[in-house]
Amino acid sequence: MEQRRRERIDRGVKVRSDGLYALMSWRELSYLTVPRLVLIVGMLILPFIMPGMYWQRVISIVCIYALLALSFDFLAHYVGLVSLGGAFFIGTGGYLTAIFNTSFGFPPYLSIPIATILGGIICTLLLLPCLPLRGVYFAIVTLMYPLVLARIIEAMDILGGTDGIMGIDDFPNRWVEQYLVIAVVLLILFGLRRLVNLDLGLVFRGVKDNDQAVRASGMSITNYKALAVFIASAMGCLGGACLVHIYMWTGLSLFALDFSILPIAATVIGGAGTLVGPVLGCLILVPVSELLREFGTLRIVFYSIILVGFIVFRSEGIMVYGQRKYHQFERWTKV
Amino acid sequence: MNKEAILQVRDATKAFGGVLALNRVSFDLYEGEILGIIGPNGSGKTTLINCITGFIKMTSGKISFRGKNITGKPAHKIADMGVTRTFQIMRPYYSMPAYKNLVIPLFSPRAKRTGGWRGGGKLGDRDTVSIDILEEIGFERDSYVPYKLASTLPTGYLKRLELARCLALKPEMILCDEVFSGLSMSEIASMLPLIERLQMAGITLIMIEHRLRELFSVANRVMVLNFGEKLIEGVPEEVIEDEKVKEAYFGSEEAKEVMDHA
Repeated sequence: MEQRRRERIDRGVKVRSDGLYALMSWRELSYLTVPRLVLIVGMLILPFIMPGMYWQRVISIVCIYALLALSFDFLAHYVGLVSLGGAFFIGTGGYLTAIFNTSFGFPPYLSIPIATILGGIICTLLLLPCLPLRGVYFAIVTLMYPLVLARIIEAMDILGGTDGIMGIDDFPNRWVEQYLVIAVVLLILFGLRRLVNLDLGLVFRGVKDNDQAVRASGMSITNYKALAVFIASAMGCLGGACLVHIYMWTGLSLFALDFSILPIAATVIGGAGTLVGPVLGCLILVPVSELLREFGTLRIVFYSIILVGFIVFRSEGIMVYGQRKYHQFERWTKV
Repeated sequence: MNKEAILQVRDATKAFGGVLALNRVSFDLYEGEILGIIGPNGSGKTTLINCITGFIKMTSGKISFRGKNITGKPAHKIADMGVTRTFQIMRPYYSMPAYKNLVIPLFSPRAKRTGGWRGGGKLGDRDTVSIDILEEIGFERDSYVPYKLASTLPTGYLKRLELARCLALKPEMILCDEVFSGLSMSEIASMLPLIERLQMAGITLIMIEHRLRELFSVANRVMVLNFGEKLIEGVPEEVIEDEKVKEAYFGSEEAKEVMDHA
């Protein structure tokens, strides 16, 4: 029998010369910009094409999860810290913005940035003792934090206890709300992509690849891990702060494990280490999860089937698969 | 050599549980010299380097570099002072091209301090500086080797990459942990001039080696370790003639036989 194998050839668009883009034609220009434009324009028109208020709200939630997924992907695949602390970040950011909004009377455009920065600092300080841990140990510790914080709030009956904090300002209208979160996701997505390609990003990747060599290069790995955790947790806190202002309420459900687990599933589906993949993963998973609400408790079953299907048949993720198809020709050749 | 000692190690002791990996090892290292450290497997050579560079904490003893006590300082602080090391099992960043491997040390505080604009990356970017360093260490600039992923490089280049990482920090001392091991004779022959060039550039070197002939051709002094203890220290010719060294290397029974035959 004749044996054949698949051959992959890079598409011959030579636009990059040593860090500079040297664009020669509209065709090459569009080869580079169209995928990015599709994402940007697609995200921006989403609120218009959604039928009704309910689905527009779903878009906002997608963006919150996308922030968490981006922060997970950044920490796990560019710094080597597998964090299950999504709920921790959301909760910290959410409660902080609630406190600043209700107790100090700060409007959302002030309380959200404060909650982002302060939340990032608090999360980093709390995670600082765990930074020497690696792999699954770090994951377990970060999983404990939201549980512990939720129990503390419940047991000591502080910050509204089990009732939560109510009466938080919402955004002026739903368009502001949606375009704010969409713009934030897009800015952070492209900002992170820029960051990981900077020299600083290389150091982060160095910490993941080989932390001993980074130490031997005269750099403290704890400092760089802390910086990365600050960036990632600030992103999560930003998401939490937006979420609280969207719901006009904060409570113990902000520490729910959904916020830790769903971003990971989105990263698996979207393509680990691509940054844009997790955003796409959220765009698929969150609406699917909403659609499955009609099935009641069977929802989790269908949800799991979709996840397992992706893991078995497309374990590399949509973006990795898509990038390969986009950048390379494939053809069958005789062996 | 009557210069001042750049590195003083006093009674360096390291116990792993009940095993004494290092037992009261003391030596001085003078500026600009090459000290070879030899010894059978498990004699504590790598442990000594790990202790000096702060990768493991000593049980007791004192190490000072240029008069400053560096005992117990964290590894990155010691590297920041210019005491750099290579790893016996090479530790490149496998997922990056060879030249990007050097961007990381060039980003360090020491490189920013010592490298001026070249290391600082303000006017000249770190990519160009790292290609310069790689060329010094034997990666041909115009070939594709510096741009290959570190995971695809052969051992010889990885060993050079280890040295290059030290050079990027403009070091005062390099502690080489078996840079010749795993290399072919011709690769070693091409590394030797490199080591001599480092010495001429004023860098003090400690070299752990099993390739005695090559080591003795470059080393000014040699120290022999056995079971964590210092056996002897001196010029290569003396050391190789020493009875205790022969015994350590060949074992006492065989040493007798060797002597009987001689």
